[in-house]
Amino acid sequence: MQQPVKNKSGPFDWLAVTEAGLYCRPGGFHVDPSRPVPKALITHGHGDHARPGHAAVLTTPATGAIMRARFGAEAGAIEPVRYGEERRIGEVRVRFVPAGHILGSAQIVLEHAGRRVVVSGDYKRRRDPTCAPFEPVPCDVFITEATFALPVFRHPPAEAEIARLLESLRLFPERAHLVGVYALGKCQRVIALLREAGYDRPIYLHGALRALTEFYVAEGVPLGALPDATRAAKDAMKGAVVLAPPAAIGERWSRRLPDPLAALASGWMRVRQRAKQHGIELPLVISDHADWDELTATITELKPGEVWVTHGREEALVHWCRSQGIAARALMLAGRADEDGT
Amino acid sequence: MKRFAALLDRLVYTPARNGKLALLADYVRTVPDPDRGWGLAALTGELALDHAKPALIRALIADRTDPTLFALSYDYVGDLAETCALLWPGDAGEGPAPRLSEIVETLRRTSKAETPRRLAGWLDRLDATGRYGFLKLLTGGLRVGVSARLAKTALAETFAKPVEDIEELWPALSPPYASLFAWLEDRAPRPSPEAAPRFRPFMLAHALEDRSDLGGHAWQVEWKWDGVRVQYVCELGEKRLFSRTGDDISGAFPDLLEGVQIDAVIDGELLVRGADGEAAPFNDLQQRLNRKTVSTRMLAAYPAFLRAYDLLVEAGDDVRGLPLEERRARLERLMAAHAGERIDVSEVLTLSDPDALARLQAEARALGREGLMLKRRDSVYTAGRVKGLWFKWKRDPHTADAVLMYAQRGHGKRSSFYSDYTFGVWRGDELVPVGKAYFGFTDAELKRLDAWVRDHTVQRFGPVREVERRLVLEVAFDSVHPSARHKSGLAMRFPRIARIRWDKPAAEADHLESLAKLVEPRAPAAASGDADLFSR
Repeated sequence: MQQPVKNKSGPFDWLAVTEAGLYCRPGGFHVDPSRPVPKALITHGHGDHARPGHAAVLTTPATGAIMRARFGAEAGAIEPVRYGEERRIGEVRVRFVPAGHILGSAQIVLEHAGRRVVVSGDYKRRRDPTCAPFEPVPCDVFITEATFALPVFRHPPAEAEIARLLESLRLFPERAHLVGVYALGKCQRVIALLREAGYDRPIYLHGALRALTEFYVAEGVPLGALPDATRAAKDAMKGAVVLAPPAAIGERWSRRLPDPLAALASGWMRVRQRAKQHGIELPLVISDHADWDELTATITELKPGEVWVTHGREEALVHWCRSQGIAARALMLAGRADEDGT
Repeated sequence: MKRFAALLDRLVYTPARNGKLALLADYVRTVPDPDRGWGLAALTGELALDHAKPALIRALIADRTDPTLFALSYDYVGDLAETCALLWPGDAGEGPAPRLSEIVETLRRTSKAETPRRLAGWLDRLDATGRYGFLKLLTGGLRVGVSARLAKTALAETFAKPVEDIEELWPALSPPYASLFAWLEDRAPRPSPEAAPRFRPFMLAHALEDRSDLGGHAWQVEWKWDGVRVQYVCELGEKRLFSRTGDDISGAFPDLLEGVQIDAVIDGELLVRGADGEAAPFNDLQQRLNRKTVSTRMLAAYPAFLRAYDLLVEAGDDVRGLPLEERRARLERLMAAHAGERIDVSEVLTLSDPDALARLQAEARALGREGLMLKRRDSVYTAGRVKGLWFKWKRDPHTADAVLMYAQRGHGKRSSFYSDYTFGVWRGDELVPVGKAYFGFTDAELKRLDAWVRDHTVQRFGPVREVERRLVLEVAFDSVHPSARHKSGLAMRFPRIARIRWDKPAAEADHLESLAKLVEPRAPAAASGDADLFSR
């Protein structure tokens, strides 16, 4: 069922979109496949990119550890590869370089037949105290995400959003501030940003966030005191920050909190209707994905011969690339959600 | 503008009254004059800046963006001001953010031709939140759920002053309210409310819960008319009509004001006349409410009039300190001379025997009255709700057995509970929604209802769950009206959950036809027999 990417003029018949996802024929491997395959290269640990059941997996040490923690024996035979270290798989040279998305996240650089392709995975260009920064690699084909590829998505500085959270704690000192965060990446980044802003009180955690947060600490990201929200006294959480998966907001679990004020840290919070739909009182526009300005600036900087757009709002980014004289097309990959949504 | 925009941004997302009060308090306490005054005026609807029609905003953004990207963005966001705020190029890099007062004061002397350039200049100096607040301010659609009353309450709480004092003052003030803030912060004496004509805060009633509260006093009994409480003011030759919260609603009721020429302040019920010349049901009055202006057709179809309850000022003489008995005597003398098509007096009911009161209350519904008012004859007119002086005894509600169809999560303390219930009645073999209620149950019942909703969910739509059609709710409601907005064609007024019928099978819930029978006819039946109970 493998169909070559329809590119009559270009030499990229060695990369194809298959039902399992992006497939590199001369290397015999998939990148971020959506179903079990013999050989998988994984950009990062989020569930729509890293899945269980592959026979062999090549990824960064941190992503490998995350997959083992999440999938146990189902994670497959994981071979770790450090950032910048070059491997040869079949006829293809392969390199992982930082993507700045979450701890362990990588872009995958593929070289074959004199051409270089960069699969960006998910990425961002902003500073993140919890992971290595995005490293630009000039290339012939840049395969980009498009989660926030509409010009309305221009994330404000994350530090300013944290300041709004702290301001709200001052205004509502009796209310627990329940902040919905994705368990991998967003949770730890929000904690790190709060600590950078000088917030040194305990930050309470929902149980589902515990394991990955401890993994970050073990990887050398200092996060301070993080008591268990489930075991804490209700009064102790008055005016405190409590982090939980977005799904816990408004669920029975939240009744243990004193008069919770629902916040959500996500790039989607830029659009009012999204926040209102979910009953969020304090939307925090904090995203681990590139916003419109980052997406377009990255393409301008890399000057690729061609841009392939994976998941998100492909139409706008493809339109923009073409308006800049850059060939672009949308890849229809199955099974991509985005962890930033709720 | 930054602080005002940030306030709007938080108010939009804060459903709870206390939350809004805390946000408003922080704003008026920390923002300097005159910005906070302009902000307050914008929130209370007293600042009209109709400088930017949507077409102008669209033109400004079109000059600065790719049409395809604009179309995709607008399609995704759905709101023009928000799309424009998010799309506007640059990020506040063009100089310091403008102050709200700079915007207001400059716009007032900006010509139409100059406006687009000015607006663009400000948009360049604001960030996305600032641009959104600015555009909403310009297009007059703040919609942040702050009433004038709430804003005044916030001022009262923040600066520890009686809210009645602020309400009384309000009509004499104009933005940016420098003299008001000076008084609130004890920097100056209270501004004079004497600028005529002005509003006097209403005296309000408590609900009658126990009839023994009436013991030992003489009471004046009247119908509680099913309209809207208003205050007619005519002083120094100028006339105004104020709502219960002190808002000036004169513009919407020119017919009433033109038809009444009495130099006085009168507390009464705003009503419209039906075809029979009697007070029409509330639903008819509703056609005239919440409008800034009124069409000739409306004036003809729903003529407004005032039914006087009380006299506050007569020819410049403030009589609020006199007992009700004396005010009533003066009111009746005035009415003998002035009563007519646009004003009459609410009659005082005489009780012929000890059971008459209960009998009248039972009769209220059939007569199209909301219930009874009981006022101590010796009560002086006091602003606010003073315990023990005035009582209202409303008519008993209707009830219907309806089936729970959807449940939605509440807000604030109830955000983890499914506490808003949409219920329906049978039309043939399908259920059609007839109302939504979110109170009337105890905390323990709420817990049980919440658990039931979670266990019987068939489908989820965001914060809403559709449930199995099994649970019967006995719903109490004041009345039922035709409604084009509901699929059932009916809407309940003041519905609440009276009882949860865990025992009752859904098939035995009420049918739409029986509910439709409760719709009040356009003009109520003329006052029934019992003439001996009425006296003038």
